[in-house]
Amino acid sequence: MKRNRFLELGVGLFMLAGILGLVFLGLRVSGLGVGVPNDTFTVTANFANIGGLRQNAKVTMSGVRVGKVTSIQLDPKWFDAKVTMEIDADYDGKLSDDTAAAILTSGLLGEQYIGLTPGGSPDMLHDGSVIHDTQQALVLEELIQQFVSNMAK
Amino acid sequence: MIDRIERLGRATLDVIGAIGRAGLFLVQSIFCLPSREGFYLWIRQMHFVGVMSVAIVLVSGVFIGMVLALQGFTILVEFGADEALGQMVALSLVRELAPVVAALLFAGRAGSALTAEIGLMKATEQLTSMEMIGVDPLRRIVAPRLWAGFVSLPILTVIFGVVGIWGGHLVGVDWLGVYDGSYWSNMQDSVDFVDDVLNGMVKSLVFGLVVTWIAVFQGYDLVPTSEGISRATTRTVVYASLAVLGLDFVLTALMFGDFG
Amino acid sequence: MDDPIMVEVKNLHFARGNSEIFRGVDLKIPLGKITAIMGPSGTGKTTLLKLIGGQLVPDQGQILIDGQDVHQLSRRSLFKLRRRMGMLFQSGALFSDLDVFENVAFPLRVHTDLPNAMIRDIVLMKLQAVGLRGARHLMPSELSGGMARRVALARAVALDPDLVLYDEPFVGQDPISMGVLVQLIKKVNLALGLTAIVVSHDIKETLTIADYVYIIADGKVMAHGTPQTLDVNDDAHVKQFVHGEPDGPVPFHYPAPAFFDDILAPAGQLS
Repeated sequence: MKRNRFLELGVGLFMLAGILGLVFLGLRVSGLGVGVPNDTFTVTANFANIGGLRQNAKVTMSGVRVGKVTSIQLDPKWFDAKVTMEIDADYDGKLSDDTAAAILTSGLLGEQYIGLTPGGSPDMLHDGSVIHDTQQALVLEELIQQFVSNMAK
Repeated sequence: MIDRIERLGRATLDVIGAIGRAGLFLVQSIFCLPSREGFYLWIRQMHFVGVMSVAIVLVSGVFIGMVLALQGFTILVEFGADEALGQMVALSLVRELAPVVAALLFAGRAGSALTAEIGLMKATEQLTSMEMIGVDPLRRIVAPRLWAGFVSLPILTVIFGVVGIWGGHLVGVDWLGVYDGSYWSNMQDSVDFVDDVLNGMVKSLVFGLVVTWIAVFQGYDLVPTSEGISRATTRTVVYASLAVLGLDFVLTALMFGDFG
Repeated sequence: MDDPIMVEVKNLHFARGNSEIFRGVDLKIPLGKITAIMGPSGTGKTTLLKLIGGQLVPDQGQILIDGQDVHQLSRRSLFKLRRRMGMLFQSGALFSDLDVFENVAFPLRVHTDLPNAMIRDIVLMKLQAVGLRGARHLMPSELSGGMARRVALARAVALDPDLVLYDEPFVGQDPISMGVLVQLIKKVNLALGLTAIVVSHDIKETLTIADYVYIIADGKVMAHGTPQTLDVNDDAHVKQFVHGEPDGPVPFHYPAPAFFDDILAPAGQLS
């Protein structure tokens, strides 16, 4: 079998394109970080109702992305939702421990995410801290019900 | 009546026999030891099966991405959620459209060519003469093609996905004016590498194997006449497309249908 | 027939589906001679070659090559035996993705570890013998039918086999390439001293090169002998075949009701 440089080059480029494409899908599309894993710290917050919050939803402060939701579980003790989130290590020790977390909606029916509002306490949040001041998701049905019963009065 | 039952029974036996032959064929050819020579044969087939299909995949990928963005935008903008466009384009491409459409294009472009090529070799007695020379055609002809198809389709799928997302960006961001940052950040928030991208890759690996398997088997098993070749080529495209769509449902149910 | 026997076929039975192709065929192919197997189309001559090559398995009976039963051999020994056989296919069966040189070199590359330079010498020698040394860089699609068959002949004898099987070597050739092929087969046979089996229904050409002839019809050996004895054979079947008479024991008409009845059939019974 005679070798054909041109052919080998073509196949090589083809496979390279596949690998580069996969890297693109990994980094740009799925937003996989390439950095060391411990450049975030973890905090948890309990919400009475998370609405449609999903894993990987963004965590923002003043609209700027600072982290993401890593897991959502039901807390069997209080029967509310325990949300674990990773916050960029840049803010470790800079957010006060009375920071408030609220579940917000982008647009009228858009994706739900967590918005943090800074507090004034001298103590700061660290890895493993719990955010106590939380505001549950607005559920459209409940809002409408409230509105209707207010009208009736 | 009896006649009909008899015919049905015979048809069933034929189908089961064909499946058995196809299975044996796959097992016999896929476990061929790689050799230096086999590697060159494989490179050659990678060229015919993979590289030659890049053009059609590029063009269709761009257009599918553009259409997705256009359709998605008109729906999303009604709910004021047009910044979720990136997420919609990327998820539908990575999970479904890239593996399935690339596999269908692959069946039409490479699958039919493989069937016709092997069928022609059979009709011109090349396979028999190879056997008489003492070389197993499964090893020399079929195995490199099977492996080339198996490796090529996932690569084509990745290319399809990437250019599709680029096409969506072209229409959504450059033309319809969705904010560039939210196109990408929404996408990154919702697309998961393992759940979405890798599951899509698993799909395309399965499709690659099945489509190439059907194509080479149809070529190897056909009636060696010109009519037989044209029929087998048609059968390859039909069977492979149906297999891809059916398997896609099964795989999607297994991967994303976590209703528990 | 006192020559040593190369191939012996004993009581061969073979059926494909419901049609019986061979019903007890006995053949003896002498060593170092050209033996022709002839018969009308559709008598399974190509099938016989495939049976000898071990690609098909008979329902009953044996085929011995050099004393070994082809169908009792393990796969490994069968492939080893095939190295001693060359086969020339009706269409040439050149590998369409290799050029002429590589086609002839193929058996050498597969079965030997010879260095490239030696393979080149052997291939050029074989191509010289068939007069196509200058065509070595052409692809099979660029060859005429006769040239393709000559290349295939070079490939069939590349490993210097003991036995060469020719499947219809003269079919569809113009008179010149037919003459060339007849010459070549004779010449190659003499030069290499090999045993040849030629399957054909081109009577004139085959009879000029064959040392011994078998005629097969209806799944049996109908007649055998040297070309001279067959030419004067009185059997009606043999006479019709050897002299190419249009009508005889093998009828010109496909079985049908009497022509007169068919023409005058009542309108209601037309088919």
